[in-house]
Amino acid sequence: MNEGTGPRGWMQRLLAVNAVLVFVFLYAPILLLVVFSFNDNNNVSIWTEPSLRWYGEMFRNDDVMGALRNSLIVALLSTVVATVIGTALAISLERYRYRGRGTLDGLAYLPIIIPDVTMAVMLLIFFFQGFDLLQSWFGIRMTSGLHTIVLAHIAFCISFVAVVVRARIAQFDSALEDAAADLYASRWQTFRRVTLPLIAPGVAGGALLSLTLSLDDVVVTQFVSGAGSTTLPVYVFGLVRRGVTPLINAVSVVMLVASMVLVGISLGFQRGAAAREKVATDPDVVLDGSLEVDRA
Amino acid sequence: MKRIMRLTAVLGALVLVIAACGSDSGSGADASACALDEVDGDLQLYNWSEYIDPALITAFEEQYSVDVVESFYESNEAMLAQLQSGAVYDLIVPSDYMVGIMIEEELLHELPDEAVPNLANLDPKFTELPYDPGPEYSAAYQFGTTGLGVNTALVGEDFTPSWALIFDPELTTTFPGGVSVLDDPRETMGAALKYLGYSLNDTDEEHLAEARDLIAAAKDGIATFDSDQYDEALANGEVAVSHGYSGNMIIGFADAENPDDFQYVLPEEGATFWIDNMVVPTTAESPCTAFTFINYILDAENGATLTNWNYYGSPNKAAIDAGLIEQEVVDFYADTFTAPNLEIIQDTGDYEIKFTDYLAQAKS
Repeated sequence: MNEGTGPRGWMQRLLAVNAVLVFVFLYAPILLLVVFSFNDNNNVSIWTEPSLRWYGEMFRNDDVMGALRNSLIVALLSTVVATVIGTALAISLERYRYRGRGTLDGLAYLPIIIPDVTMAVMLLIFFFQGFDLLQSWFGIRMTSGLHTIVLAHIAFCISFVAVVVRARIAQFDSALEDAAADLYASRWQTFRRVTLPLIAPGVAGGALLSLTLSLDDVVVTQFVSGAGSTTLPVYVFGLVRRGVTPLINAVSVVMLVASMVLVGISLGFQRGAAAREKVATDPDVVLDGSLEVDRA
Repeated sequence: MKRIMRLTAVLGALVLVIAACGSDSGSGADASACALDEVDGDLQLYNWSEYIDPALITAFEEQYSVDVVESFYESNEAMLAQLQSGAVYDLIVPSDYMVGIMIEEELLHELPDEAVPNLANLDPKFTELPYDPGPEYSAAYQFGTTGLGVNTALVGEDFTPSWALIFDPELTTTFPGGVSVLDDPRETMGAALKYLGYSLNDTDEEHLAEARDLIAAAKDGIATFDSDQYDEALANGEVAVSHGYSGNMIIGFADAENPDDFQYVLPEEGATFWIDNMVVPTTAESPCTAFTFINYILDAENGATLTNWNYYGSPNKAAIDAGLIEQEVVDFYADTFTAPNLEIIQDTGDYEIKFTDYLAQAKS
């Protein structure tokens, strides 16, 4: 290869510069956010000296900690439920034929398309009309709170999980499932031993996406929240009303680190799964793999 | 975010229509019979973030043996939509114009005089309000203004407090660094309208167009249209004058290297002024506890604790007169009580979009 000479090398260098610029554009603000979270000053952009002051304030602030706890409860619950339902939805849409499938297919993506505010108002009306009915029929009094936030988040996360998982299902060969059936595997066994391991990276990706969406959401959450159920993003937005302090940076850094850990876990999981899958389906890879080992 | 808020407002109206068609949401307890210091259950407090000293909450809980459950919101409109759907809160702290809307929608309990005697501690300026004269339904919580932060080291000690400090290009181009102007349709167009001698709630198209042209012509001296970092830019010396909110300015000044160089002024042509208010919605389950809490906050000492903690202006005359509030905070907001032309931003309905459009045109 004659790298560094001729038009190709020139193009490559340009691309490299472009790549660096893109990364700077994406990550410089985050870097700044992290650096200034260690700032001792009351103002974000005036640097005085490094300190952990704002982290201390964050952990001592009961409101922030309460909001963080609410956010985590909501995110975990809604992710688990949305992932299960979303995966089931994806499999049914991709693998089975039934009446109304086309309609369901269209409806499944509606929550992705309609604006957040619309979704928020719809859910708000839905919940309170539902509560009214519950009260008049069964005499049960209910009001909004963490449970309504969880339900709302499940409602919009399902679609995202379904999209991601479907893409994964579409990729793999349904002959593998047929083969399992030919070998007298029950439907459940086929799903458990063949389908699920193959779509696992997609499921993990969908779960991660729904976790992120849930942790992020402000618009829907603030409409359907109730007494004592403020989540972290809503709280932070309220804070901004009186100017940005490094407290917000500290909170953001904690959320950033948490999501990076999650992404790391999921990447590791996907790599592991991808490697296993290649070994299982492609004999050449086994050979390549052993060659690699020999060389090492 | 601003656009979302506006959409929220529109959809809020939609909720209203639907709620009106639906069944009546359960009415709360009988609120008119609450006695002084009576409590009838835990308090569900719905407030803006970081707006109350946690020590005040703890002291209230101990004194009255109730729990206070705090929740936080970040938009008046979303709060309204929730309330119209029947969400249960005992005490809310909405902004001025929203109190007017809530009264119109019959969402609020009247404050019983015998339960809230400390209303008498409020300065008269905060009891004769256009959105709630009397006041019958609301008690002022904290207030703030929108004015100009001036770096006297760059502008000089001898300046006239006027919107000319940001809108007269002959003046602003002589300031090192220029000036920073809020990127907010109502505030910025409002300031221009005031400078031209109109009301900041004026919806006359010609007046709005004049305001737009004024801002466009002032652009030479305007370094930035910014609503987030103007206090820091001013404290850093990056700009000589900043148009912004009192609550941020006072903190920005305190953090500056030489706070004495900075002055916050209300332009003589008049400025914006906002008040947040404590109200008790009709859905409240513990209205008596809520009235007791209002009375507790309006107490001179507690009112002072509140302001000394969040640094917004205190409407509590008794607290100011007793010298309980830090002197620098009192001085900072002293103008508000004497300034003649302060105006509250009112909801102009269909015209809101005009303010947005004209500011966008002026900036482009």
